[in-house]
Amino acid sequence: MIEALLEQQEPLVEVHDLHVQFGAQKVLRGINLTIPAGQTLVLLGESGCGKTVLMKSIIGLVQPTRGQVIFDHEDLATLAEREINYLRLRYGFVFQNAALFDSMTVGQNVAFPLRQQGRFSDNQVYEMVLSRLSEVGLPDSVVHKKPAELSGGMRKRVGLARALIMNPEMIMYDEPTTGLDPIMSDVINELIIRTRRRNPVTSVVVTHDMNTAKKVADRIVMLMPLPRLGEQESQIIFDGTPEELVNCRDRRVQQFINGEAGERLMELRATGV
Amino acid sequence: MDQVCRWGELVIDSITAVGDFTLFMIRTLRWLLTRLPRGETLWPNFYEVGVKSLPVVALTGTFIGMVLAVQSYFQFRQLGLETRLGGVINMTLVRELGPVLAATMLAGRVGSAMAAELGTMRVTEQIDALSAMGANPVHYLVVPRFLACLFLIPTLTIMADFMGVAGGHFYSVYILEIDIHHYWHNSKIFVSQFDLFVGLFKSIFFGSAIAMVSCYQGFNCTAGAEGVGRASTSAFVHSFVMILIIDLSLGIVLDWVYFLMYPEGVGLL
Ligand SMILES: Nc1ncnc2c1ncn2[C@@H]1O[C@H](COP(=O)(O)OP(=O)(O)OP(=O)(O)O)[C@@H](O)[C@H]1O
Ligand SMILES: [Mg+2]
Repeated sequence: MIEALLEQQEPLVEVHDLHVQFGAQKVLRGINLTIPAGQTLVLLGESGCGKTVLMKSIIGLVQPTRGQVIFDHEDLATLAEREINYLRLRYGFVFQNAALFDSMTVGQNVAFPLRQQGRFSDNQVYEMVLSRLSEVGLPDSVVHKKPAELSGGMRKRVGLARALIMNPEMIMYDEPTTGLDPIMSDVINELIIRTRRRNPVTSVVVTHDMNTAKKVADRIVMLMPLPRLGEQESQIIFDGTPEELVNCRDRRVQQFINGEAGERLMELRATGV
Repeated sequence: MDQVCRWGELVIDSITAVGDFTLFMIRTLRWLLTRLPRGETLWPNFYEVGVKSLPVVALTGTFIGMVLAVQSYFQFRQLGLETRLGGVINMTLVRELGPVLAATMLAGRVGSAMAAELGTMRVTEQIDALSAMGANPVHYLVVPRFLACLFLIPTLTIMADFMGVAGGHFYSVYILEIDIHHYWHNSKIFVSQFDLFVGLFKSIFFGSAIAMVSCYQGFNCTAGAEGVGRASTSAFVHSFVMILIIDLSLGIVLDWVYFLMYPEGVGLL
């Protein structure tokens, strides 16, 4: 039912034949991905396979060596700097390591996107900041602290509050629950679901946490690191619903979701580690 | 063959770097002309460059003024020209040493700190975060630093000049006991407004070079503590080399302008 509805949705993001390469290192090869508006897509894959790079290319932070990224019918490569800046107000990005501005307080960090727009009074901004912080389970007392005075998990949640404050159309969560305790992880899962229920947002969630994946995903996409693939194989080794993931026959997929080292262990033994 | 390849790579790398740097400057200038940065990003940089650098610039200025007196006194005395000391000291300070010293101190104190700060921001993805939130990093981070250096380095230069002149005066008049009247009379003959202008004019270029080089190093910082350290060191080294190159080339050009304006000229001896 939901699938049928989503199928009719306009694609918000289209990625065509995306290649990304840093120096001699190829990270992404021939990625094709269409994300309909309103979908929550979970991106899985082992560490270093290029999940962060893929998300950054979708919002134009990483320049593709080849291929196209189209956001809401506009090809990012054809847009001027100014238009891209404007477009970016429609995204929220939760960075893997929070990426808070350490010269500013927590409050200034969370308020940054609002100030960037400059449509709100100081009081409104303050109210919005406090309510966002409480949504991610942070007390009012952190507002005046510097990011350096917070724990890693708290920083991550501040990053989340900052990405959500503008009610963006599209949110990218890069490992939002890594490094959080199980209870706080679930609070964040709930937040992702709630955000989506409240506004028709499109989300991409990178995670290593199968709980999060099963809980929030409409669709799961799994990437494989290029060095572990043959010339002709597609880098996306799975694309489907959470139920399909569980029933998937592909050995690589099964190993990943069950957390088995499999032949990787043999490789390590062979190299004498 | 390997050697040839390596040389080729080196040449290509340096050409790419120069091109990159030029593009970076053009982008900064474009943002500078399109939209002024907001005060909250501007004032902390002005404070850092203008206020916090004053003491160290004043201190070096004073000492260089005195050192000049010590050094030139001995040689001028052998020629029996010690009363000309004022001319030499003040001329050297206002034209060369004041601007160059102020710029060097700025490169060491502010330039490397800028590179380290921006480098850390690059490495911890704060620069990406700025872009992701629709703030242009060049506009937000580079333009305020550029403006701070551009506008405040002339004042730092004036400070270095003034303290140097005071230091030279103090040492010559009170310790070497040169006649104060002759000291200042000679200064007046030899040091013209044009010399002061030359010094300040050069300093504007020094300041711009320091800001551009340091921000560029920070923006292109490689990962890790080592990368940040390297960015900060090369910010100073490259700024300093730029200062020397600009000093020489502007020195030649401005001398030429001087001869066009005052063909008869005034010699020191
Ligand atoms: N700016 C960059 N310059 C050079 N190489 C990079 C850059 N960013 C990423 N890489 C390389 O791209 C590869 C993929 O990185 P990426 O950060 O996308 O991995 P990831 O899938 O997000 O891994 P993790 O789950 O550990 O976060 C890595 O091998 C990394 O070395
Ligand atoms: Mg990552």
